[in-house]
Amino acid sequence: MLSLKQTRHLRTVLIGSLAWLVALAIFFPIFWMLLTSFKTEIDAFTSPPQLFFAPTLENYIHIDERSDYFHYAWNSVVVSFGSTFIGMLLAVPAAYSMAFFETKRTKNTLLWMLSTKMLPPVGVLVPIYLLFKDFGLLDTKLGLVIIYTLINLPIMVWMVYTYFKEIPKDILEAARLDGATPGQEIYRVLLPIAKGGLASTILLSLILSWNEAFWSLNLTASGAAPLTALVASYSSPEGLFWAKLSAVSTLACAPILIFGWLSQKQLVRGLSFGAVK
Amino acid sequence: MANLTIRNLKKVFEGIEIIKGIDLDIKDHEFVVFVGPSGCGKSTLLRLIAGLEEVTSGHIHLDDKEITDMAPAKRDLAMVFQTYALYPHMSVKKNMSFALDLAGVAKSEVESKVSEAARILELDHLLERKPKALSGGQRQRVAIGRAIVRQPKIFLFDEPLSNLDAALRVQMRLELARLHQELNATMIYVTHDQVEAMTLADKVVVLNGGNIEQVGSPLELYRHPVNQFVAGFIGTPKMAFLNAQVKASDAASVTVALDSGPVYTLPLDGRTVKVGDVVTFGVRPEHIQVADAGVSEFSVKLDVTEHLGADTYCYVKAPNGETLTVRASGDYMGRYGQEVSLVPELAHCHLFDAEGRAIPKPGAPAQAA
Ligand SMILES: Nc1ncnc2c1ncn2[C@@H]1O[C@H](COP(=O)(O)OP(=O)(O)O)[C@@H](O)[C@H]1O
Ligand SMILES: [Mg+2]
Repeated sequence: MLSLKQTRHLRTVLIGSLAWLVALAIFFPIFWMLLTSFKTEIDAFTSPPQLFFAPTLENYIHIDERSDYFHYAWNSVVVSFGSTFIGMLLAVPAAYSMAFFETKRTKNTLLWMLSTKMLPPVGVLVPIYLLFKDFGLLDTKLGLVIIYTLINLPIMVWMVYTYFKEIPKDILEAARLDGATPGQEIYRVLLPIAKGGLASTILLSLILSWNEAFWSLNLTASGAAPLTALVASYSSPEGLFWAKLSAVSTLACAPILIFGWLSQKQLVRGLSFGAVK
Repeated sequence: MANLTIRNLKKVFEGIEIIKGIDLDIKDHEFVVFVGPSGCGKSTLLRLIAGLEEVTSGHIHLDDKEITDMAPAKRDLAMVFQTYALYPHMSVKKNMSFALDLAGVAKSEVESKVSEAARILELDHLLERKPKALSGGQRQRVAIGRAIVRQPKIFLFDEPLSNLDAALRVQMRLELARLHQELNATMIYVTHDQVEAMTLADKVVVLNGGNIEQVGSPLELYRHPVNQFVAGFIGTPKMAFLNAQVKASDAASVTVALDSGPVYTLPLDGRTVKVGDVVTFGVRPEHIQVADAGVSEFSVKLDVTEHLGADTYCYVKAPNGETLTVRASGDYMGRYGQEVSLVPELAHCHLFDAEGRAIPKPGAPAQAA
């Protein structure tokens, strides 16, 4: 028989190993992509795949010659930050009224908003495309900002609502009695308390917008195309070039990965929903 | 000046009337306690006064100003919440100065008001801390401090002590009483605990089901409850209620026969009852004595006895199964199951008619039904 201490130790080791396994499984594709991006196209095709090879920068040089990476990167930055910013401007007041002035219909409204996420995007592609064409929004950053805001809004409202729900109503009422206007109540009391949750909402929205491919591929040509469109352009009819595709994907993921890594503490705290107390 | 006048105040939540037409006057410097069982609408009434809930109908005046529909901040009231509701991201000092900062009060004045409040509440050494780093009692004091700095016309408290442990509750109760004297303020205090109501109040408002049952000083309520609800609610242990029937009555006395045996004549104005009426006989544990079996006609059986030191509470059972509590001296030793007899002090006993209304003392003004 194991002693209680031993059992506990064993459990820690098991859970730890499992976590590592899962993490490795998730990380492996990224690692492989990074590795492949430094291979020649020939090395990339060798079977069985090699772990050791002579690294080369030729893929990156090729990409730099063929396309303007920073043009696409800038588009990605503008549309993800822009849509996140506008999304938060709308989500905070919406979540505020839903969390603190709840009515019988609030829960249904929230569910209804989320349910729009269940619709396959391709189902509304044609109407949206036509709308964008009529309003001159095709291949514009503004168009993407609008569509990303609308896509992510339900999730943002839901998340912010969840964080706000954790904040005792009394605190806001105290502020109201202390003479705070609704604006002051939100900016000086509510937002500072919920900042952990808001940060992770912002982060999630940035990541979702950054990685969005369906709408960006269908609604942009080159002018407003973000990095996802750049990646897609490398899997073109000329045939698949694995190494180059890996290199361009690495370049597309890198900014958001670094950004996410820098703010992971914030993210973990926000996602664990322990924002207050 | 802080005279609050409430007239025919009603509040409906989702079609249900929670506050059913309250009339109440609160005078300057009074310590008024709203007491009643939980769910009776105490908090709702307080929140209506504070402006945190919208009034359905009726009027609230503060001095000669109507505040019924005024924004909470404009009413010149401060509230201390049951959960304290401190701003978790602000230091103690910021918590207390928030209202003044919002009002644009000069820095030096804010500084002096906060330090004055901190001195009164002995919070000086905690000013830089965040609420998280405070004990329950300290948080409570910060919440009170936040109210004090605003120098409101009326302080509102919603069960401020209910989250504290028993010892701290007694201490904070004393501090609140002292604060009331020191600030010479008007306070409205909500509690479900009748001991807090009795110890703190100048005026107790007993609420039940959205109505006021009785308003009066603690002793008035204790001595002259207008109905059975108030009689049962005020006083610990509770007043015992025994079924009885009227045998004779006139303007100065009522004779009743208890279902449990004895016949008593009480000095009450019996003109509102007639012979044969079913009534309830009420007696507090402290107004009845235990004696050896056979001493009186009211013979009962001892159930459990509780020795508290100074007093002993005897739970007794009448022959017809009715139970009552009796207070005996600390050295009273009764055996479980022992036959004893009871001697009530008839001058302190109460009678309630079939609707639960108290039968008044002779000469007392007739109670409004
Ligand atoms: N915002 C609200 N919506 C619906 N019902 C409410 C609301 N606030 C209070 N009530 C109801 O009003 C009644 C009285 O509540 P409350 O004033 O909090 O009681 P107390 O403070 O005396 O315990 C309760 O039955 C409660 O369910
Ligand atoms: Mg309450």
